[in-house]
Amino acid sequence: MSTSRSPYRASAPALALFPALAIAVFVIWPLANIFSRALSWDAISRLSRNSSIHQVLWFSTWQALASTLITLLVATPTTYILARYRFVGKRMLLALVTIPFVLPTVVVGAAFLAVLPNSMHRSLAAILIAHTYFNIAVVVRMVGRRWEQISPLLTDAAATLGASPLRTFRTVTLPILATSIRSAAAVIFLLCFTSYGIIRILGGPSRATLEVEIYTRAVQLGDLPGAAVLSLFQLVILAIAMWWWIQPTPGANNLARIQMYATVPRTVRQRLVVYVVGTATAIVISVPLVMVFVRSVTTGSGVSLKAWRMILGNHATGLGTRPPLAAFWTSLQFAITTACLAGVFGLAAAGAIAYGNRRIGQLEALVMLPLATSAVTLGLGLLITFDSGITDLRSRWIMIPIAHSLVALPVVVRVILPVIRSVPQGVRDAAATLGATPWQMWMTIDRSLITRAWVMSLAFAGAISLGEFGASSFLTRRTSATLPTEIARLLGRPGDLVQTQAFVLASLLIVFIAVSLFAVDGLRPDRVAT
Amino acid sequence: MLHVDNISVMLGATEIFHQLSLDLATGEVVSVVGPSGSGKTTLLRAIAGLQPLVSGRIFVSERDVTGIPTYRRGIGMVFQDNQLFSHLSVFDNIAYSLRIKNTLKATRQRQVDDMLRLVGLAGFGKRSTTELSGGEAKRVAVARSLAAEPEVLLLDEPLTGLDGELHRRLLEDLSVLLRERGTTVVHVTHDHAEACELSNRIVDIRTLSH
Amino acid sequence: MIEPITLTLLAHDSFTPSDGIFDAFTAATGIRVSVVTGGDAGELVTKAVLTAGNPEGDILWGVDNTLLSRAIDADVFSPYQSKNLSSLDPASAGGIHGNEVTPVDTGDVCINYDIAFYAEQNLTPPLTLRALTSSSYRNQLVIPSPLSSSPGLAFFLATVVEFGEDGWQEYWKQLRANGVLVVDGWTEAYTVEFSGSSGKGDRPLVVSYASSPPAEVLFSNPPISDAPTAVASLTCFRQIEYVGILRGTKHESEARLLVDYLTDVAFQGDLPLTQFVYPVNVNVVLPEAFTKYSLRPENPLTMEPSVIAQHRTAWLDEWTQIVLR
Repeated sequence: MSTSRSPYRASAPALALFPALAIAVFVIWPLANIFSRALSWDAISRLSRNSSIHQVLWFSTWQALASTLITLLVATPTTYILARYRFVGKRMLLALVTIPFVLPTVVVGAAFLAVLPNSMHRSLAAILIAHTYFNIAVVVRMVGRRWEQISPLLTDAAATLGASPLRTFRTVTLPILATSIRSAAAVIFLLCFTSYGIIRILGGPSRATLEVEIYTRAVQLGDLPGAAVLSLFQLVILAIAMWWWIQPTPGANNLARIQMYATVPRTVRQRLVVYVVGTATAIVISVPLVMVFVRSVTTGSGVSLKAWRMILGNHATGLGTRPPLAAFWTSLQFAITTACLAGVFGLAAAGAIAYGNRRIGQLEALVMLPLATSAVTLGLGLLITFDSGITDLRSRWIMIPIAHSLVALPVVVRVILPVIRSVPQGVRDAAATLGATPWQMWMTIDRSLITRAWVMSLAFAGAISLGEFGASSFLTRRTSATLPTEIARLLGRPGDLVQTQAFVLASLLIVFIAVSLFAVDGLRPDRVAT
Repeated sequence: MLHVDNISVMLGATEIFHQLSLDLATGEVVSVVGPSGSGKTTLLRAIAGLQPLVSGRIFVSERDVTGIPTYRRGIGMVFQDNQLFSHLSVFDNIAYSLRIKNTLKATRQRQVDDMLRLVGLAGFGKRSTTELSGGEAKRVAVARSLAAEPEVLLLDEPLTGLDGELHRRLLEDLSVLLRERGTTVVHVTHDHAEACELSNRIVDIRTLSH
Repeated sequence: MIEPITLTLLAHDSFTPSDGIFDAFTAATGIRVSVVTGGDAGELVTKAVLTAGNPEGDILWGVDNTLLSRAIDADVFSPYQSKNLSSLDPASAGGIHGNEVTPVDTGDVCINYDIAFYAEQNLTPPLTLRALTSSSYRNQLVIPSPLSSSPGLAFFLATVVEFGEDGWQEYWKQLRANGVLVVDGWTEAYTVEFSGSSGKGDRPLVVSYASSPPAEVLFSNPPISDAPTAVASLTCFRQIEYVGILRGTKHESEARLLVDYLTDVAFQGDLPLTQFVYPVNVNVVLPEAFTKYSLRPENPLTMEPSVIAQHRTAWLDEWTQIVLR
């Protein structure tokens, strides 16, 4: 099978232009501004000789590597049953494992502090567990998508050649999954390396990643040059990681067609595996979420629904009289705007990457840039970049959805890209012989095959916006709070009732995210016509 | 050599065949024919241990393999659409079972080269499986299965989809190859002419069940 | 028709006045107020310093005495002497020699203790900073880190005032030996590890605010009549929050009117029950719900903003070496 020229190659540069421009304007330019203002040789030499910075660098790197490895291992059984079997509650489980990925760190942090025994508060184990909890979905979705396309006949063939199940996994399944595992690992590494909230809440003050150190320097110590140097370090390290990630593997995209091979478990053993792994996954993922609900009704002396009544009745949340449900609507507006922005730019970027030549393919690394960038530094960069005349966006409403879209863009691209790539060339060729222009071909062939994945990516972008707390909590000022910031504000106040109200809002956020993700996975076809 | 004793197989709620029996002597090549949907592939999968039995037993060389997993049965199978490992080269596909047996590297190299010559693909070792034509891919699949030296080889519609001259040549080569090596073969096809050319005996699957 | 002027008031996330609090101001002056919140006081100052001269808004609420010098040194503010200055508590209003900012509220960061714990143990709660190093209180104290938390920093500064610039190091060594637990922020310290509040942790001593006990009463569910926690008054450090006009505003004269409004009795009277801080305007009558359980230390520890600014980074580096490494 030779890779034939894409009929859309001519349009790739135009498609690439918009997302590339957006990243240039909202990421690269502000970063260049803050670097040119704050970077100095003096600061670079000061910090590169500082031994506590070496510790921070080392800790960021190895905890991210450890988190990535553990996540890959822990997520494997769950990925396996979700990719290979059809069973009752499968969609529910898929939505469930995705919830943590889009939950804000304040909520997960608070939930873990409530679930973990005191001896595990501020421990390395707590960090690794939380990172794993957050990122299981990355493996389930990215690796699972590939895994469900491996024909069971292929592993049967290995068995008839004398390979044991374990050997078959090692010599057939794993090599086929290699590229997707590497992609997933790169994404997880990126997210864990730049981890901020989890490190602060669960790791305690004696552990810092680069991102935490950047924040401490910029905000607490007023050492902007130091913060700039460290963000540069971070960018360089992660650029190397991304470069490794985009190296293509031969035979990686040899999928002639999308076919999914999930089957109903037949043997007793298969049923047992599905049942045990499925149940265990559901329990492990649910426990912290359930704890949020438990905390929302637990008071000093038993169970009370007062906090629920107050929030749902839209009464004042204890301190100040900000109506609590206002945050809900604000979040919803941001989520919808983010879905539109990230959806359009993500589709353009994915199209450009899939249809374009190698050089345009580098956009794949570029769209990951927002994840590799220090949120604090980018926030400060935006602040001094968009500060005059009509570009004075600093206090504008649109700044938040733009920030959320930057974070959601890589995910949107990752969801759509494999689907765009797997549209069979033969069908397009057939359309061409029937007289379709490239545009008509795209509208009649590609569009219909991509639509589901695209709608799914929209919902993902919306969910990411709903739960976004990291980057944007610093990026700009708000005229109205979002759900995550409101939860953080309430958690930061004394009083039983205020605390339970924070957990009520967190519960609402979880329900909200769960419903949108469940709707998404309802769209997911079990089998695409081939 | 192969003794299939009264096996019954269900797929979901459908009974594919009921108390089917089949016996093969060592070196015998038997063709099982029947219309599509009559359970030919399922029979091969059942013999290979890829399809659980409802009842009945299967023996290979007097050994009861009924409860033994596929990879320890010593039964090879050429799949209808080959199922070559696309992440491995032609050489590595054929060497797959040799690696499992920890064959020495030099021996392995020689055996794979022999196998490639035998199926008429000398010099194809370094190729990617995605670059092969339909006939070449089938030859690699046969070579891969034969390299494992199975006691019984199962051929599932090995020539379906190949046309005219290609079909005829591969059929001839396969026929000679199997006889020379004295491999015990169960071959399923819907094509009577192919069955006549390849096998010692032809049976209709519908006559095998009680 | 002239477009009415809207002033933008920048504040930290804890700025939560009553709804409609600015209606009276708008009615009297025709000027509207838009409140924009984001981040904590540290983030607020960081951003203000970066945008000095070309500010994001017109007025900044919530710089406190631990951060003030950084902002003043960066020339963030446009000086203004409020007409209410004579009504403001002189202890809070002092020290701002150039009138760059005007005080608006104060709060005290103190050791809070779990009353029930000490009653059960028949133990006197620690009433001074020195007492915290006593073995009777081993493994009982949890504090937010001064590196990442504003009350954490205030508590640290209290120890510097109490034991001197050369004495605090030894004190913290003893505190560490006595099992002080340092966590990231106030939320983890107070709501998770402290035994006297909702988290039901296992540490009966915590660094929090003097206003935390009344908050426990007002926001308890079901209602209670006595606070479960109390404050050790000799351990308190006074935080003063200020408001300032941002240099570069296009509405300087209107911003001055707003500063006057923010320091006037009506607005100041709203502060205790919405934000749990003490107003600085001495003419405000404090609500009973607030005064009943809250304690106002007579002689809180405090420190000149300029001294804090000068030593902060070096002190925190040293503190990190002593306590965290």
